[in-house]
Amino acid sequence: MVTTLLQWTFDALLGLVLLWLAWRSLASTDLFKSIVLFIAFGLLMALAWARLDAPDIAIAEAAIGAGLTGALLLGALARLRAVVNEEGVTPQQQPLLRRFPVWLPAILLLWVAAGLAYVVAALPPYAVGLSAQVAANLDASGVSNPVTAVLLNFRAYDTLLEMVVLLLALLAVWSLDIPLAGVAAAPGLILDTLSRQLVPILILVAAYLLWVGAHAPGGAFQAGSVLGAAGVLLLLTGWRLPPRLEGLPLRMILVAGPGVFVAIAVLTTLTSGQLLQYPPVQAGLLIVILETVATVSIGVTLAALFFGSPPRGKQHQ
Amino acid sequence: MQTLYFALAIFLLLNLVAGMWRVMRGPSAADRMLAAQLFGTTAVAVLLLLAQASASAALRDVALVFALLAAITAVAFVRRAWPDEKVEDDAE
Amino acid sequence: MTLSDYSAAVLLLAGAFFFLAGTLGLLRFPDVYTRLHALTKADNVGLGLIVLGLAVQAQSWAAAGKLVLIWLLVLLAGASVSHLVARAALHRGVRWWRR
Repeated sequence: MVTTLLQWTFDALLGLVLLWLAWRSLASTDLFKSIVLFIAFGLLMALAWARLDAPDIAIAEAAIGAGLTGALLLGALARLRAVVNEEGVTPQQQPLLRRFPVWLPAILLLWVAAGLAYVVAALPPYAVGLSAQVAANLDASGVSNPVTAVLLNFRAYDTLLEMVVLLLALLAVWSLDIPLAGVAAAPGLILDTLSRQLVPILILVAAYLLWVGAHAPGGAFQAGSVLGAAGVLLLLTGWRLPPRLEGLPLRMILVAGPGVFVAIAVLTTLTSGQLLQYPPVQAGLLIVILETVATVSIGVTLAALFFGSPPRGKQHQ
Repeated sequence: MQTLYFALAIFLLLNLVAGMWRVMRGPSAADRMLAAQLFGTTAVAVLLLLAQASASAALRDVALVFALLAAITAVAFVRRAWPDEKVEDDAE
Repeated sequence: MTLSDYSAAVLLLAGAFFFLAGTLGLLRFPDVYTRLHALTKADNVGLGLIVLGLAVQAQSWAAAGKLVLIWLLVLLAGASVSHLVARAALHRGVRWWRR
């Protein structure tokens, strides 16, 4: 009894702090403070996923939401300052509410809240969901982790589209082509040692998450984002890709993830008549191939997103 | 033991909330960032306690990823985004 | 409650106490450098004692090993990041507290 009460208290406290953090992060005028509050929000969101019995999402939220998005936002803030410093303005977040009459957003919010409350109240008392069907077909899927089975087999189409979206995001960032302001100094001894220790560990943990995703929480996106974090750490120490790898090899790796996915989609359509219908015998092997290529591709894409500008090929000079 | 795990988790979460005051107040950017570091470590402790309490070994993997990724944000802050005009980075 | 339960409880409570000390230091110390000092106490000793308390109760050697690995990683990252932040703060002229 006491344990249940304590669990409720923990969850309630977590929910309240999440709401407060979201409000303060949007309402503060200092951009840096907003970013730090957003990072804290990501941390607590991962805790919330853990409490909701969703460790796969918790790992992804910890890696992407708290870690990588934090680094991306800080990089964006640095670029913003470099741009506005030339114009002599300090970057400040404009509170959006000041531009509208106060009652307009309030009415919209109440409307949305009422709609959501109605939907929640209309739900059946015991949600049925699809877990029964997933469990029934798990043996034919090639893996024993139901989340991985759904992501890479039953709903592989959605994952294919997600990977293409990630590539499109990178292309959009490259098309903006805002170079990193200033040349970073050489890393000191501490940063150098830290990166030498952490980057191999990050790569190992990424490989571990990839392998464990078949039978426990983990998988390609989680492993890919940890790999991306390794890339971000390398870039932060001033490491750059050697020039001979900047052109075609980099682009090949970036495209490999969605490319192999599309190739497998075409192959399965040709052999079985259905899009992304894996034959049960080869399903495990196909998933392993897909996950491995996707991990490397996602990792490199995320690191390239952090770096921001496209590699200066020979034709640009 | 279950009660102890959850009670400690609540206690650590309250610590985390108390640390938010430093993020809001902290006069310099470093204050805000190192409060975020404390949040990361506290979250690792909370996850490890929850992993033991609900016998979910996967939460330890979440804690592992937390421990690694918290450093990345701080390094990005030190190397890129220190919000002051002086852009001279650390020269060793 | 067995002996391992009691010892685990003592270790966990000690670890939580150090976390409290770290948070109090973060809130009450007068400048960035002293706050960093308080922070690392929570990192090293606080998390270390909690990891020890959980390792005593762990189901397998692999689980205990993973707990210790997490603690070592937090140590490595925490110590390096504290140094980096402190030195960068010094270069940017963040004042330290004088009595």
